Amino acid sequence: MKLTKIRTGLSLAHFYPALSIAALLALWQGLAVLINNYTLPSPIAVATVLWNDCLSGELPYHLGVTLLRLVVSFSIAMCLGCAIGISLGRNSKLNAFFDHWLVIFLNIPALVTIILCYVWFGLVESAAILAVVINKLPNVIVTIREGTRTLDQDLLEMARCYQFSKSKTLRHVIWPQLHPFVMAATRSGLALIWKIILVVELLGRSNGMGYQLHMFFQLFDVASILAYTIAFVVVIQLLELVVLKPLDKKALRWRR
Amino acid sequence: MTAMHINIQNKTYPKATAPTIADFKLSLKANEFVCLVGASGCGKTTLLNIIANLDKKFQGEIVIGTQQHPKIGYIFQNPRLLPWRTVRENIDLVMEQDHSPAVINALLDTMQLTEVQHSYPEQLSLGMSRRVSIIRAFAIDPDLLIMDEPFVSLDPPTARQIRSHLYNLWQQRPHTVLFVTHDLREAIALADRLIFLSAGPMRVVSEIPVPISRNERDDETAIELFRQQLLQNYPEIKGLL
Repeated sequence: MKLTKIRTGLSLAHFYPALSIAALLALWQGLAVLINNYTLPSPIAVATVLWNDCLSGELPYHLGVTLLRLVVSFSIAMCLGCAIGISLGRNSKLNAFFDHWLVIFLNIPALVTIILCYVWFGLVESAAILAVVINKLPNVIVTIREGTRTLDQDLLEMARCYQFSKSKTLRHVIWPQLHPFVMAATRSGLALIWKIILVVELLGRSNGMGYQLHMFFQLFDVASILAYTIAFVVVIQLLELVVLKPLDKKALRWRR
Repeated sequence: MTAMHINIQNKTYPKATAPTIADFKLSLKANEFVCLVGASGCGKTTLLNIIANLDKKFQGEIVIGTQQHPKIGYIFQNPRLLPWRTVRENIDLVMEQDHSPAVINALLDTMQLTEVQHSYPEQLSLGMSRRVSIIRAFAIDPDLLIMDEPFVSLDPPTARQIRSHLYNLWQQRPHTVLFVTHDLREAIALADRLIFLSAGPMRVVSEIPVPISRNERDDETAIELFRQQLLQNYPEIKGLL
């Protein structure tokens, strides 16, 4: 008796994600029927647009361009941010000096950096990437710096005593301790960066998701806007599932 | 043959009014096992960190062996293993790149840790972790072994067992050892020479060779007898324990 209860509980919980998505779709369909207006197309209409744009190759192209920008700017921001964050966390004098810069850069609105980059460097790809990097970089630096401050001094002493080289210390002693902070910066970074990229594309590029959304806005094509949004959300979710989760699992296998 | 010579003229912490260590001299012969016995807070860990080159802010001179950068195997009070590396990887990491796996196999075997070599430190008991840290120190074939109360907070049978493991290992592979403890029985069971330290600033109160032969070190009564004699003949060490 008890066993069946546990079993049903488990299987129900298993279906929660599917159920909640279905509920959202039902709500959407209901609202669409109620409003009956082009400003809120039904899920089926949106799915049709999504399918057609996928077949024509238009959506994959713009999605691909945006993802490429995401990968490039994200990689630059993470590499630079980790290097600077570790340096600031390990050197209090350096940190005391650059702390004010960080506070300033953290508080510059994304839109301002984007506009300035376009004004100074022209409407070119590198300006777009630079704008995204400048927006993301301070966040990465702050997260990694906090992580570096919590490093276990006992283990660092051990590494010094056993004459570990700098790269060995970084790889085997420091990096594993920074892993949770790097993952936090990655997750918050991905969410932040793709939103900024859309604005960057909207303001100064002639391809990518942001550019397309801008076109749809001018045509009041809500179905396409929703179709592109769904495609993007799905891709980001896939990234989390296929890349980030396995990385987490591999890095934390030593925990009890 | 001198394996190590310490001469610390002055070690004063910033903001401290008096030096922690002043005019301290100590020499160790090659493969000598020396126990430092002293009350907590007398500066033993400071001394060890200076010797291990972890603390460079002092006046004086430390000479270990003949090399410019002597290899020091430090067995810390906490094992200080890397939790994200297995037992074997922890040992591998401190060794030279082209070392032979047979060395590690033999050490693991002596310390009875072969079965857990692929486990992570968090899966081990404290006693096992301590044994791993002992292996790690021996694995680099050090010019000096430093042990900072490695058996503290273990239950007496476990401590005794690991102590005899350590003793066997040391007899198979003799090294110069500096061992810190406040357990007089433990010190007598292990050392060639006992050095009693007092605080403020740290100084040597008494220096006593242990006359018990190497094959009698398991003999609890012989150790106890010598301990009684010590306390009787050197009343000044009572206050240090």
